[in-house]
Amino acid sequence: MTDTQNDVEATGWRSDKFIAGLAKRKRSERRFRLTGLLAILTALTLLGILLFSIFSTGYTAFIQTYITLDVTFSESVIDKNGARDPAELRAANYNRLVQDALRKKFPEVTSRGDLRTLFSLVSNDASQTLREMVEKDPGLIGKTVPVRLLAGDDVDMVRKGYIDRESAEEDRRVKNEELVWLDALLKEGAVSTHFNSGFFTNGDSREPEKAGIAGAMVGSFYTLIITMIIAFPIGVMTAIYLEEFAPKNKLNDLIEVNINNLAAVPSIVFGLLGLAIFLNVAHLPRSAPLVGGLTLALMTLPTIIIAARAAIRAVPDSIRQAALGLGASSQQAAFHHILPLSMPGILTGTIIGLSQALGETAPLLMIGMVAFIADVPSTISDPATVMPVQIYLWADSSERAFVEKTSGAIMVLLGFLILMNAFAIVLRKKFERRW
Amino acid sequence: MSFYPLLIVLLLMSAVGYWFGSKKALSAVRKSSNFITPRPHQFGLYVVIWALVPPVFLGALWLMLQMTPLQMEAGTTQQIDRIFFPVLVLLAAGAGLYLSILRINPDLRVRKTIEGLVYIILILASIVSILTTLGIVLSLLFETIQFFKKVPMTEFFFGLNWSPQTALRADQVGSSGSFGSIPLFTGTLLITFIAMCVAVPLGLLSAVYMTEYASGKFRAVVKPLLEILAGIPTVVYGFFAALTVGVFFRDVGDSIGIDIVSESALAAGVVMGMMIIPFVSSLSDDIIMAVPQSLRDGSYGLGATKSETVRKVILPAALPGIVGAVLLAVSRAIGETMIVVMAAGFAANLTANPLEAVTTVTVQIVGLLVGDQEFDSAKTLAAFALALVLFAVTLTLNVIALIVVRKYREKYD
Repeated sequence: MTDTQNDVEATGWRSDKFIAGLAKRKRSERRFRLTGLLAILTALTLLGILLFSIFSTGYTAFIQTYITLDVTFSESVIDKNGARDPAELRAANYNRLVQDALRKKFPEVTSRGDLRTLFSLVSNDASQTLREMVEKDPGLIGKTVPVRLLAGDDVDMVRKGYIDRESAEEDRRVKNEELVWLDALLKEGAVSTHFNSGFFTNGDSREPEKAGIAGAMVGSFYTLIITMIIAFPIGVMTAIYLEEFAPKNKLNDLIEVNINNLAAVPSIVFGLLGLAIFLNVAHLPRSAPLVGGLTLALMTLPTIIIAARAAIRAVPDSIRQAALGLGASSQQAAFHHILPLSMPGILTGTIIGLSQALGETAPLLMIGMVAFIADVPSTISDPATVMPVQIYLWADSSERAFVEKTSGAIMVLLGFLILMNAFAIVLRKKFERRW
Repeated sequence: MSFYPLLIVLLLMSAVGYWFGSKKALSAVRKSSNFITPRPHQFGLYVVIWALVPPVFLGALWLMLQMTPLQMEAGTTQQIDRIFFPVLVLLAAGAGLYLSILRINPDLRVRKTIEGLVYIILILASIVSILTTLGIVLSLLFETIQFFKKVPMTEFFFGLNWSPQTALRADQVGSSGSFGSIPLFTGTLLITFIAMCVAVPLGLLSAVYMTEYASGKFRAVVKPLLEILAGIPTVVYGFFAALTVGVFFRDVGDSIGIDIVSESALAAGVVMGMMIIPFVSSLSDDIIMAVPQSLRDGSYGLGATKSETVRKVILPAALPGIVGAVLLAVSRAIGETMIVVMAAGFAANLTANPLEAVTTVTVQIVGLLVGDQEFDSAKTLAAFALALVLFAVTLTLNVIALIVVRKYREKYD
């Protein structure tokens, strides 16, 4: 009987079962909450690892190693006749000067193979540097001056610590003798590192130490300009039409559904469209920013339309009514009042769409913007490449020195993206009106 | 006469027309007693429209004529191009100018003409997006039909062997290449599945935490940070997957004695999942937010804790929407290209083992079309067939997802 008494007392929220259950429920509540927080932290950690791995390998791309050598501009090599003829000076063998300088520094190296290795300490860009010096000041001829020359990529990699000196000689690109020479140069203080301005002014190159992103930046710029010229007006006009004028009928429903679906089509399909229409039917030049821009414009169009529609919809109806009440036609209301008021929102959406286009790679591979192009493009129909494709190409290169270049290019690309998005945010903060 | 001089002459003519038209309208205003709707510059625009529309129309017509494979002698074409066409265009523009200026009087409803033209231009702009879809469908279909003329459909859809190399010589052994795309589909599905295993739990749990637990301040800081993941270009993820994650998994596998290749499906899938996290989380965020507060309040009123409310009330209520979000994420993962191109394998491999290298539909499209192309080879055409499958699958997924999400919205509106 006492048992039943206890049962009666223990019902409800005071029962042991309930109290024990409550503790359990509270624990599970805390656990659930923690799981949620952990999910967010995991995502952020992944982002952190991604950025860290890029930045930690990429920052060295902005520094480059140079070797200072005493170069003798001997008349017998570059100007045999002594006539100082500019044409002859341009065609002269400046490589020989570099080789002579290296030979003088390491007179003990004599065998052909060793000499070749020795010469590879200095980039083959060095002769270019010397030629420019002589063309600027022919008075140098006959003198011996210390010149700062671009180091080869192996030296650069050793200097930056990417090549492990301790590993077995067969496993590494840089042989022991090279390390000995390099150490000798280091002891003299002939090796120095400087800001790599060539990274921003050179086009692509097979030699990592000379490769730069100028060509890709210009290509990206042209492509983006074309994208903007095409996608922005068409996008805004479509948005105005759909929001302000379109009567409710089958065609306009079709346009709406179609835009929503286009926004979800994989980007590579747009690449195939570009290939089939712009290259095979219209015969526009391959690899050109013109075609890239057109393809990306079609891809960005839905983004811009959707953003522009949202911005136009946010303008209150009272503005429209007031304009119509004062005798404006519906087009005057749309173009003189609604469009200017929704412009900040439209521009924000456009910039975000363009920043997507700037980071897009796959469709551009399809239209042949993956060729190796060393020159900086000068018009929109020159063969060119863009920054993401340049990153893809360098990431594919086997040479160790291209890894840091890739990361460096990614840093520059991310910089541009941050800049564009920041601009969009500022635009929104400054001009957006809450009605 | 070439294009630019003609254009300059036309623009000069319209400038004169603009000036003359608005002047004539203004001078006549005083004589008119009616209420005048158009503004003076609109009269000028009216004249310009009449001066420019006929030449533009003629130009379009001529372009179309040139594109049609009409056999004409080169000399005739050149003659038309150099003499006949410019003269005709200038005559048309002149006639337009003259007639429109003649017609101008303040009572003419020029605003209507102008707005009619603007309206047509707006419609033309909206049709561009339809033309894009049409272009995609037609170009893919056309090439795919060509492809199926060379390779039987059954081989493509049911074949287990993918090696699209076509031989240099016809009599070479194994020269035909084989186009069984099953390994590509399974590879794509495997990587997508791994990506979803990463993205769905992480994205969903972050969305729940953000909407139900996080303070406004936490949300304001963390949400944009998560969005950064969505803003990073895919080529960067590809580089990360190939260089860091793939190598990391391989080393971990080495240290515990499992053989993991550096192009494993696992690495590509995990990184792809990472990219999709913000996509899932922001979609689920919206969907959880849309669950009415009354459901939450009812649950709290019955004594449920927050986590119980989330698990037993909010998630079941939001389930259709979340399913829609996951479908959208799947469609995005299937169409993703750069991560798999850089981090997944290239050789077709029929396996479900995530530690091995597999290839995907998008990788093969890129592989087939980058480099030398000859447009009739089965190899190039295969890329279009694959793309058509890709397009059809992603489109279907999207349509289903949109319907599901719309149904769900209607339930709580």
